[in-house]
Amino acid sequence: MELIVGIPRALLFYKYKDLWLQFFANLNIKTVISPKTNKEIIDKGSSYVVDEACLSLKIFMGHVDHLQNKCDYLFIPRVACLNKNEKMCTNFLVLYDLVKNTFEDCKILMYNVDVENNEYEFDGFLKIGKTLGFSYFKTLRAYQNAKKYEKEKRRQKYLLETRKLRSPHLKILVVAHSYNLYDDFVGKPILEYLESQRIAAICSDITTGDEKVNTSISHSIYWTYNKELMKIIEDTLNHIDGIILISTFPCGPDSLCNELIIRKIKSKPILYLTCDNNASDTGIITRLESFIDILKYKKERSTNDQQYN
Amino acid sequence: MTNNIISFPHLGNYSIPIYYFLSHVTKNPIKIAPPITKKTLELGSKYSPDFVCLPFKYNLGNFIESLEEGASILLQAGGGCRYGYYGEVQCQILKDLGYDFKFVSFLDDAKLNPKTIYKALKSINPKLSKIRYLYYLTTTMFMINCLDKIENYIRLNIGFEVKSQSFKNLEKRMLSDFKKSKGVISILKKYRKYKKLFKSLPINKPKNCLKIGVIGELYTSMEQFSSYFIEENLAKYNIEIKRYTNLTYLLIKKQFNLKKLLKKARNYVTYELGADGLDNVARTIDLIEKNYDGIVHIKPFGCTPEIGAIPIINKICKQNKMPIIYFSFDSQTSDEGIKTRLEALADMLKERRKK
Repeated sequence: MELIVGIPRALLFYKYKDLWLQFFANLNIKTVISPKTNKEIIDKGSSYVVDEACLSLKIFMGHVDHLQNKCDYLFIPRVACLNKNEKMCTNFLVLYDLVKNTFEDCKILMYNVDVENNEYEFDGFLKIGKTLGFSYFKTLRAYQNAKKYEKEKRRQKYLLETRKLRSPHLKILVVAHSYNLYDDFVGKPILEYLESQRIAAICSDITTGDEKVNTSISHSIYWTYNKELMKIIEDTLNHIDGIILISTFPCGPDSLCNELIIRKIKSKPILYLTCDNNASDTGIITRLESFIDILKYKKERSTNDQQYN
Repeated sequence: MTNNIISFPHLGNYSIPIYYFLSHVTKNPIKIAPPITKKTLELGSKYSPDFVCLPFKYNLGNFIESLEEGASILLQAGGGCRYGYYGEVQCQILKDLGYDFKFVSFLDDAKLNPKTIYKALKSINPKLSKIRYLYYLTTTMFMINCLDKIENYIRLNIGFEVKSQSFKNLEKRMLSDFKKSKGVISILKKYRKYKKLFKSLPINKPKNCLKIGVIGELYTSMEQFSSYFIEENLAKYNIEIKRYTNLTYLLIKKQFNLKKLLKKARNYVTYELGADGLDNVARTIDLIEKNYDGIVHIKPFGCTPEIGAIPIINKICKQNKMPIIYFSFDSQTSDEGIKTRLEALADMLKERRKK
């Protein structure tokens, strides 16, 4: 019988989908991905965790629930630390044990990345290969090919997003974790709306590689992903007209980082949107509309000023 | 520089050892922030981000109140989860409010250890020698340890005091006495004296009294105001209280404890859960093994590590039929609701005992 590995379409899936899917494809393993997020998935997910858990975690649990009877193995990544002296939100640390305790009948593929304790990305994949019965070299080759594929994809993405920076239309940087930005319940509607208004929406997840970044916005930040977001804001600040921050309620790292971003960046208008599980589209679209109007007005005025001068 | 007043946020009774430490390693005058009141919380909440956790608001309130009273050097520590990032955001908020001060963080690269503390103190007092620093660091840790031991005794027995407020009054006397300590020997003498005094206080404790363990997030566990004095209120119903979290544990024991905790919780947890998550899972198992009557889990609203650990704790308690109650504190919680829930818990546990 053929093995089927289930991958939840939530959290780190959006960041590493190329790498993971290609890795499994290289090993000829069938994967099944949960469907796009909908209201039902969120409601299901909310029933497994505490009310106060952040929306992204609820969505993740909903996706796992959807997959639990549809696959032989569940792929639950535990990414605890990506660089020395940096940390991840504790939700990523807890995923494996949380799923193991909530869905007791499921078999889970071990995938653990914890650089501080000398467990690198490849070690994680090696463990997967071992569990599924592949030799070291087969796993290594699959990993290397997948890594190459991911690098190429990231480069394409980088070119695509940076091309938008030269667009003649309004340019807005949409800053959010990739699992919020591309989620069909949280960030996708916002991106689609911006596109329908002929606005160049630059997505914030345009890192080219895994190397460590430094940002001048904050000197003591230690969350890897928030650091990357700050770096992108810093890099693109002179080319954009405005920034939209999207966060889910009540995201731990974002609650502090976004506050600091708003307090430190005064040169560009910032809109801060927070989504929770009963956010209606209308409220958000009204706020987006007025934000866009402000940006348009600002841009017109500055071009008029230039003409007078 | 030497005239600038140093201040730091409150954390339970630990302002006394911290005051002692700072007064010996710096030459500046030191001001303990005004005691936490409702106003502190209001001030803190007013200027805090929307859904930040509760300790941030208390710390910020403490800072504002001490700045109003003339402090100009603020100290902040941290570690674990969001706590490590408090410093920078609080510094920015206070600067935006127009205060003029110097902000010193004990953290370096999100790590707290003797080296980083020394570096931070050196920026206040450049003449500080390593020997002096290490001597007072160890004596301070010794004092913290003494206070923790005495407070453990208080928690176990305060519910059974014969004369009401006798424990509280003696505790107050002890703290003001400890504040005047000089060296190791004077601390040791004081510790012995007050241990004897506390043991001589009359109590009326039955042998098989109700026992409850308090677990949860560190700030709400240690700063009693933020948990609306939950331990005291529980003890009133003649209950013995056990709490694991204290500074001795967090600063010293925790670093060597990871393997032990993972072993204890191996049936449920494979990896570390971040901050105190794993500790609390292991504590739950420990309390069940020791046949406690109930567990109280406290945390501020939105505490991410605890949110991840709660489903696991819940499962363990369900399997072992252990009563557990969860409290989530925010700036708007009224203490009446908490008292009612505690009373119900105490009644329920008493009924359970009868069966």
